[in-house]
Amino acid sequence: MTLSPLPTRPPEAIAAAAKQSSSPTRHRRPRPGFLREQISGWGMIAPAAVLLLLFVFLPAILGFGLAFTNARLISPRPVEFVGTDNFARLFTDPTFWRALLNVTYFAVVVVPVQSALALAMALLINKKFRGVNFFRTIYFLPVVTSMVVVSLLWMFMYRREGLINQLLSTFSFGLIQGADWLNDPATAMPAIIALSIWQAAGFHMIIWLAGLQSISGELYEAAQLDGASRWHQFRYVTWPGLKHTRSLVLVTITIQALGLFDQVSVMTQGGPLDSTTTIIYEAVRSGFKQQETSYASAISLVFFVLVLLVSAVQRYLTREKD
Amino acid sequence: MNNQLLLRSAGTMLVRILFAVVAAFPIVFMLISSLKPDQQIFGDMSSVAAFLPIGNISFDNYAAVFDRVPAARFMINSIGVSAVTVVLGIFINSLCAFALSRMEVRGKRIVFSAILATLIVPFQTLALPLVWWVNQLPYFELDGFSLEFSKGWLDTYQVQIIPFLANAFSIYLYHQYFESIPKELDEAARIDGAGWFKIYRQVVMPLAGPATATVAILTFLPAWNSYLWPLMVVQSEELRPVMIGIQYFFQLNVSWGEVMAYASLITVPVVILFIAFQKSFINSIASSGVKG
Repeated sequence: MTLSPLPTRPPEAIAAAAKQSSSPTRHRRPRPGFLREQISGWGMIAPAAVLLLLFVFLPAILGFGLAFTNARLISPRPVEFVGTDNFARLFTDPTFWRALLNVTYFAVVVVPVQSALALAMALLINKKFRGVNFFRTIYFLPVVTSMVVVSLLWMFMYRREGLINQLLSTFSFGLIQGADWLNDPATAMPAIIALSIWQAAGFHMIIWLAGLQSISGELYEAAQLDGASRWHQFRYVTWPGLKHTRSLVLVTITIQALGLFDQVSVMTQGGPLDSTTTIIYEAVRSGFKQQETSYASAISLVFFVLVLLVSAVQRYLTREKD
Repeated sequence: MNNQLLLRSAGTMLVRILFAVVAAFPIVFMLISSLKPDQQIFGDMSSVAAFLPIGNISFDNYAAVFDRVPAARFMINSIGVSAVTVVLGIFINSLCAFALSRMEVRGKRIVFSAILATLIVPFQTLALPLVWWVNQLPYFELDGFSLEFSKGWLDTYQVQIIPFLANAFSIYLYHQYFESIPKELDEAARIDGAGWFKIYRQVVMPLAGPATATVAILTFLPAWNSYLWPLMVVQSEELRPVMIGIQYFFQLNVSWGEVMAYASLITVPVVILFIAFQKSFINSIASSGVKG
């Protein structure tokens, strides 16, 4: 489970606020303890700031730079600038296009289905009733199970003679024979989609739940006085009240979907016939297994641009509707 | 009318139970299968017995796991790496948030917005360049009385810890929480002659329990579950965390009972933590949603 939170305010707004508020004190004589406050303050900020600089800012800049070189993980040759060679190779690589297609397929199914199921679960346990904590715990159980364990478990259940096929056969009275899910290019991706939704829906249920509980109960009382049906209450009170939560859930699910890796790495290694390979899987395959850091950096850069693009588009779409 | 209401609430309950069954059945299946010999797992699969602890029940699979895999070593590694990441992470991030929130430090707003800007970069983007980068970093080791110098952090404990200590989201959470604690408390402590670090340690941090619980959980889960990163940077068996251990089961003659035992072994501690600190878990996830 990866958290990809987003900042509340655009950084420019905060920077602008900083400029305004610090100017009036600039020409005054420093008050006692001013210097000490500066020194201890910066001393306290420094550890986190230096670590972020070293392990987020620098690798981000490095990744950008390395994408235009021929760097390898371990190589006696000096690193050389090669222009856009890596990108030319990337955009003519059919496996990369297949990976892009696969994550698009994954995202297009997972985003609506998972957010809808998560919302349904949140609505089911939103009101207090006897045993609400029990259901909340059960719904959340898959989330605390690591994706690696989940992948391993479902790999076992997806076998030809596995639990999924047995259940399908039992509940259809022997009509459905089931497939060899992970070894068939047609069913491998749908199989991964199903377990991914199963694992992560509880996570977004909690986010929906937080949104639901921020809607004032008075609105529902007023709607009930007006004789609004349950559907109308949902349509005209709940749904508009979830405006902010909605865009947050959409953005986080989409970014997680595009970054699909663990399940593929454990279950299929991109196969069969590249039907489940993903952008991150290709980056790891070239950067780690083949040690081509530069090529992997180029893939990572494309992934980052994609993530930025998606969040920009989604922010724009949700803003226009408001 | 009353009947209709009753029917409706019964229907809702039925849907709730249906969702609960779907959420729970794979986990129950995993735990139950871990107690059965392989032959029985496959035999039970076509009936409800797959979910019941009946037949030949034993902990043999668990014993076999410890023979096949250095499971105890992996557990110790994961517990150690997660614990150090959580404890140092709480300290470093809360300290930074304290200065950004409660002290008049010149330039702090620019620093804070730079920190928040890192939230838009997904880890997967950084992972590959970061592998190259940590391999260039110098590494000092105190070996007895001589200082050993070597290049490259690959295949160490610190490569699993240090890059994940500072976390923008933890700083953000602490910052939000510190803003809600009255500043007058600091003033009072200052008049009593307390230094800034003393205020942090004795005034503000004791009041920030819920924020600390949230940060601890949000740091612990990815540390315990980490897979992509140790896969790339850890080669030696004695340094591996639990998730990498699953690779030991993809050899010939897979014993699925053992696989399920290992999967249960590395899942149950987290589930116990979750049930014990359920409220904090739920709050920590919800906190990633309140910022919308």
